[in-house]
Amino acid sequence: MGSTSFLWNCTKKFVTAAVITVTVTDRFGTVVPVRGGSMSPTLNPKSGSLMDDYVFVEKFCLLRYGFSNGDVVVFRSPTNHKETHIKRIAALPGEWYGTKHNNDVIQIPLGHCWVEGDNSASSIDSKSFGPIPLALIRGRVTHVVWPPQRIGGVESTPPQRLSSVIE
Amino acid sequence: MRFLGHAAQWRSAAKEALDRTSITVNFLCWLHFTSNYLCSPFHAYGVSMLPTLNVTGDILLADHLSPLLGNVGHGDLVLVRSPLNPKIRLTKRVVAVEGDTVTYFDPLHSEASQVAVVPKGHVWIQGDNIYASRDSRHFGPVPYGLIEGKVFFRVSVVPHTFYVLV
Repeated sequence: MGSTSFLWNCTKKFVTAAVITVTVTDRFGTVVPVRGGSMSPTLNPKSGSLMDDYVFVEKFCLLRYGFSNGDVVVFRSPTNHKETHIKRIAALPGEWYGTKHNNDVIQIPLGHCWVEGDNSASSIDSKSFGPIPLALIRGRVTHVVWPPQRIGGVESTPPQRLSSVIE
Repeated sequence: MRFLGHAAQWRSAAKEALDRTSITVNFLCWLHFTSNYLCSPFHAYGVSMLPTLNVTGDILLADHLSPLLGNVGHGDLVLVRSPLNPKIRLTKRVVAVEGDTVTYFDPLHSEASQVAVVPKGHVWIQGDNIYASRDSRHFGPVPYGLIEGKVFFRVSVVPHTFYVLV
């Protein structure tokens, strides 16, 4: 009898902790690993290193969908809802954006945004699937939290400015 | 002696406050979990889903588990975040899933019917009332990730008087 109630208590505590974790993850913020080098040099600067960057993602931006140009965001892939990608917003709804890969100027439709990786050579982004709905965005990356030598903020730089810095 | 008595009183008050807070937090977390991952009620109104749903609005139950499990197919009523405005949600019917070819007809814009292929990871949503619905015929196929729930139950019809009052 005693062991049953002990098990029951443990299960109850475990489930409560899980539910609280889910709520905090959905409402406030979460830490996610970054896979692949599509955002280098901002995230995962060294390709092939064993340590992936872990970033903090804040969720308060989802209350108003108030994003600005250059924010690094986490979004669900429009082609596969089980995947999430991390990219930088290059253009917001209503803006005109000149795509570099085919020198075309397009207007971003209402409620959509144009996302691009910082490492345009190896990045699957709006260049292949077009503008994505803002509603697919799951949060904004604010800090790198791991590994220790890379702890620091992730700056919101529009891609145009970034390329001029590199040049 | 008196001081000790006060301290004990404060301690019990603080303990009670802590207990109450933890119960409230627990409750809110459970609420978040059930309404985001299991099922939640919502109010759908407008003419786009006539005759399935009323103009004045029905209270419907949406199941949020099916979209996560990939269990949404042809003919399901779904709750979708609008691709044009992320703050609003639409109730529409899934007409086609990825890989299907849709032949659609938009009486407001053209007489002829048009054909479209639904790309990978997208669904084609349309209102039941094709004369007054803004759906995939205007904004194209929507990504599966925008589906928030599958409607499975009508709780009640909102009385007309209630709607007018509000």
